[in-house]
Amino acid sequence: MQIFKNPNFDFVGYRWHAIALSAVIIVAGLITVALRGFPLGVEFSGGTIVIVQFDQVPGVDRIRSAVGPVVAGGGSDLVVQRYGQEAQRQVMIRVPQVGAEQGADLGRVADRVVQALTEAKLGTFRVEGTEIVGPMVGKDLTRKGLWATGLSLLGVLTYIAIRFRLSFAVGAVVATIHDLLVMMSFLVFFGYDLTLNVIAAVLTIAGYSVNDTVVVFDRVRENLRGMRKDDLSTVINVAVNQTLARTIITAGTTLLSVVALFLFGGEVLRGFAFTMIVGIVSGTYSTVYIAAAVVTFWRRKPPARAPAAAAAPVGGGKPAQTARQRARKTPRTS
Amino acid sequence: MITDLRWRIAIIVILLGACLWAIYPPGEKIRLGLDLKGGVHLVLQVNTDDAVRLDTDTAMERLREDLERAGVTVSGADRVSPTEFQVKGIQPAQDQLFRETAAPLEATFSRGPGAGGTYTFTMRPNEAVRLRADSVTQARQTIDRRVNELGVTEPIVAEYGSSSDQLIVQLPGVKDPQHAKRIIQSTAMLELKLVEKGPMPTKEALLQDSAGAVPSGQEVVTGVETLQGQQPEAVFYLVRKVPVVTGKELRNAKPSTDENNQPAVAFTLNNEGARRFGKATGENIGRQLAIILDGQVRSAPRIDSRITDSGIIHGTFTPQEVQDLSLVLRAGALPASLTYLEERIVGPTLGADSIRSGLMASVMGLTLVALFMLIYYRLSGINALVALTCNLILLLGAMAYLGATMTLPGVAGFILTMGMGVDSNVLVFERIKEELAAQRGVKASIDAGFKRVFLTLVDTHATAVISAAFLFQFGTGPIRGFATTLVFGLAANLFTSTFISRTLFEAVLRGRHATTLSI
Repeated sequence: MQIFKNPNFDFVGYRWHAIALSAVIIVAGLITVALRGFPLGVEFSGGTIVIVQFDQVPGVDRIRSAVGPVVAGGGSDLVVQRYGQEAQRQVMIRVPQVGAEQGADLGRVADRVVQALTEAKLGTFRVEGTEIVGPMVGKDLTRKGLWATGLSLLGVLTYIAIRFRLSFAVGAVVATIHDLLVMMSFLVFFGYDLTLNVIAAVLTIAGYSVNDTVVVFDRVRENLRGMRKDDLSTVINVAVNQTLARTIITAGTTLLSVVALFLFGGEVLRGFAFTMIVGIVSGTYSTVYIAAAVVTFWRRKPPARAPAAAAAPVGGGKPAQTARQRARKTPRTS
Repeated sequence: MITDLRWRIAIIVILLGACLWAIYPPGEKIRLGLDLKGGVHLVLQVNTDDAVRLDTDTAMERLREDLERAGVTVSGADRVSPTEFQVKGIQPAQDQLFRETAAPLEATFSRGPGAGGTYTFTMRPNEAVRLRADSVTQARQTIDRRVNELGVTEPIVAEYGSSSDQLIVQLPGVKDPQHAKRIIQSTAMLELKLVEKGPMPTKEALLQDSAGAVPSGQEVVTGVETLQGQQPEAVFYLVRKVPVVTGKELRNAKPSTDENNQPAVAFTLNNEGARRFGKATGENIGRQLAIILDGQVRSAPRIDSRITDSGIIHGTFTPQEVQDLSLVLRAGALPASLTYLEERIVGPTLGADSIRSGLMASVMGLTLVALFMLIYYRLSGINALVALTCNLILLLGAMAYLGATMTLPGVAGFILTMGMGVDSNVLVFERIKEELAAQRGVKASIDAGFKRVFLTLVDTHATAVISAAFLFQFGTGPIRGFATTLVFGLAANLFTSTFISRTLFEAVLRGRHATTLSI
């Protein structure tokens, strides 16, 4: 069975459209962050989360009015929402960090919330979980997370630069950063908090995105040996087309498992699964349109070293046709 | 590549067998993190300043005693910061004698120039660093003993974070987290000091004789007195600063009752403590002895006779408090106070829910992937599925061997591994298809497919390992879990998708002259 018979789409030709689309998403995301701020989970912002299971869930408003008066700020920043599936009758109450309450006071907010719920006589309930994070932890976590991400990108850059070319390395890393930004944008569009689980998903996607890019670049490297006369855009187009079936199958199967996780994985995993879905789509797309595009731009600026570069049609020309011819030829010539 | 097929199959079988053995039974061998299992996760900061301050105070007191003995008069000694203290009012005539008396102190404190009869002593930086490190280690050991006494199974108490004064405490399956928190945090500093004067209702009354100043070598401590049918009232005691015995000299402490049948804690002292206790009580019959816990006088009984190795602490305790107090006294005092930085309590149901839905979703996802592979690659799809299953077994086996803990981010690592596993198979199979389309023979196509893709796989896996290594080095707990899972998953994956998958192809096609391949 085969998805495509000799595909020869002109991916590189559409890179400007793609870049425009990416730019729109990322800029919109950045504007949203600037306007509304990034919704941080308690791990990062500090604060208290209490998850309560009721025998009979009272209205969210009643819980809010019961808890509001006992927390700082009169509950203006209080978040009360249903948690998990309807049948589990759970409610999440989140109180943001106010000032420098810490240390011995750390557990008091949770105690006060529970006490307020008891006094408001909202029916029997059990505390299913609490999470309390002081402000210092969040800062430490953010700093370390940024260092880890930055350094691992640098490591990947070095490896690819050694194994391939510097332009490929920069392309792969730019594509990965693009994916991180796109994921961030979608997280703010859909109002997901940045929690540790979401961070795990982001890291997973960073790995996935690089993996996807390396597969295509590997094919480009291989083709470069057999297609010395073609310009780089053509070579990349051929490589993308040759690996297209694999790209779609891999992205498709991974998406299958992640969509299953999103739909049936429960509340704790929802943010994680959502980030993964966005990331897989973005990671696959960025290989073709961002990583490859960076490589073509990079190679265009200095005069091409390949002696026959001038003879080949540059850029737009008729790459589709060339790609088709090459796609047929390469398996035999390489 | 080992050429003999039988050898290769033997290697695979042995490896898989070892991993299966390591995993079985999975309920015991695969450790679940707190987010999946439920329990208490705490991050604490050890306030190492406390330990440093205490050491500075002790040094200052010792110097003052030495000076008194040597006949050097000073107008005062004060601690000015956790690591510094000042001695004031030294007469020029006694300057030389002062320097000589203070000389032994200079191993750990540097002495300032001493202008105008005032000397500043500053703790040497390496000494302060050592004290801080020691106090963190001691706190870790003390908390470890306490949680062990609490009867928590598989607790984790470890140093944490980069600032080197944080501890992480994980208590799986703890039912009463608040109780556990109280036990961990209580400093449990027990001191028995001779009472010079008191109890008095106010500090002023206590210091009337000494014109409002605290006499040297003594200090004021507070306590609570509850008279029959009245509200508890604060009272003040003037006690000797140097304790007769401290909690360090305890041998044991256990719940008991006092003469009025009220809950109390009975303690016994070790040899050194008993000797000092016996001497002090023998010399001070008729005086009061204050039993001070964490700076609060719990009771101040009159010494009726010489006591050597045992005593009783009574006050207004509930039976639970007596239990807890005995526990923390047995486990020893903390060298410094603790601050909670982070606290996460996952109820066992919430954890179980996460596991159940996570597992269900994963199984469903994997089934869909398996179905797709079978439909798309037909018989070769079976090969891919076998490779994936082996991958899973190897990864779980490695985690079981290492005693790694499975957390939610760890599950993410699993998913990425499975995704890359499918990807590796797809890469190889697509390449084989290409080679077949180029009219090569079946065996040559398989050979070429694996050979060509091998380098790609090395590159993709190497980049992933590089990023995982950095995440492990700089990441915190859960991110490390992700990185660990990923590295082992990648290693297992490279092995299954090249070695095992290829061996399977060759084993099936061996001795046959296949002209077509179901792929």
